Amino acid sequence: MGKSLLASTLALVLAKKGFKVGLFDLDFTSPSTHLILGIKGPQPIEDKGIIPPQIHGLEYMSIIYYSGNNPAPLRGADVSNALIELLTVVKWGRLDYLVLDMPPGISDATLDLMRLIRNAEFLMVTTPSQLAFETVKKLADLLRELGASVIGVVENMKMTETDSIQRQTKALGLAFLGTVPFDKNLENALGKPDRLLATVFSEKIKLLTSKIENQTSKL
Amino acid sequence: MHEWALAEAVISAAAEAADKEGLKRVTEVVIGLGELQQIEDDTFHFALSQLKKDKLVKARFQIEKVKAKMRCRACGNTWIFNIRELDKSMTEAIHFVPEVAHVYVKCPKCSSPDFEVLEGRGVWLLTVKGV
Repeated sequence: MGKSLLASTLALVLAKKGFKVGLFDLDFTSPSTHLILGIKGPQPIEDKGIIPPQIHGLEYMSIIYYSGNNPAPLRGADVSNALIELLTVVKWGRLDYLVLDMPPGISDATLDLMRLIRNAEFLMVTTPSQLAFETVKKLADLLRELGASVIGVVENMKMTETDSIQRQTKALGLAFLGTVPFDKNLENALGKPDRLLATVFSEKIKLLTSKIENQTSKL
Repeated sequence: MHEWALAEAVISAAAEAADKEGLKRVTEVVIGLGELQQIEDDTFHFALSQLKKDKLVKARFQIEKVKAKMRCRACGNTWIFNIRELDKSMTEAIHFVPEVAHVYVKCPKCSSPDFEVLEGRGVWLLTVKGV
């Protein structure tokens, strides 16, 4: 549903605005932010922990530095352990925002995050499809039950003029942050951050960023 | 040296355990250390000695090493894993994130990567003694 694209672009846009930003890919079995941002070159440095490399103005970390492009057949407990390990040893600098790209829906990583990072704030991404929104509804219920903070919902890949998702989001008592149209040029921008920042998708994310800035607490 | 980050986490967990047990001064901390991760003993010990503070300042740290024991979920085979069988880049990756063992290690009997690490993963507190 474009979570990784949105997370990567959001991190880039915030960094371009002058904030100190980290991007942490927590989708251990299907990481993709490195492909979106065309990550290559500097590797993490070992210095009393792991220091994430600075890439495109971001501090960046992903399991791909350790798993390469190989499949990572991790079960739930393995995901939890890897998450705890990386949260323990990765030494982020002083950041304004740490953007965490999560696996879809209610996953082990989501549950661990709520347990381990109590001040995490959640931005939910849906498509116009009711199927996608049903997942968002379940996650929203869970987050509410657990007292987690939700920034709001973004409707991605919008192709028609319907306000169904907006209405349903508001009915859940959540902030509707806006829509991002389906952008057929996005595919050609993958791996090229400059081109990514010039897409319609990115322009929309820039508009959303101001709203997100108002809704979130800086670290 | 990510041994320092792990030592920091151990000190913090031991201090928390001491608080919970109402200890005023910790005399001994016994730490379990799984061999899967290849933590360097000397560096880890040195980091602990440099980082210990407050009620842990006089604590003695003892490390008990545990071999990495795996069980294949596909065929049920159980084996002791020797990390020296892998090349350097793989052992380094496992050193930082032990779970990437699932990327590089296969069951020696059926070649499945779907195994569980029964013992020998991570760092954990065994006992925290004090007065």
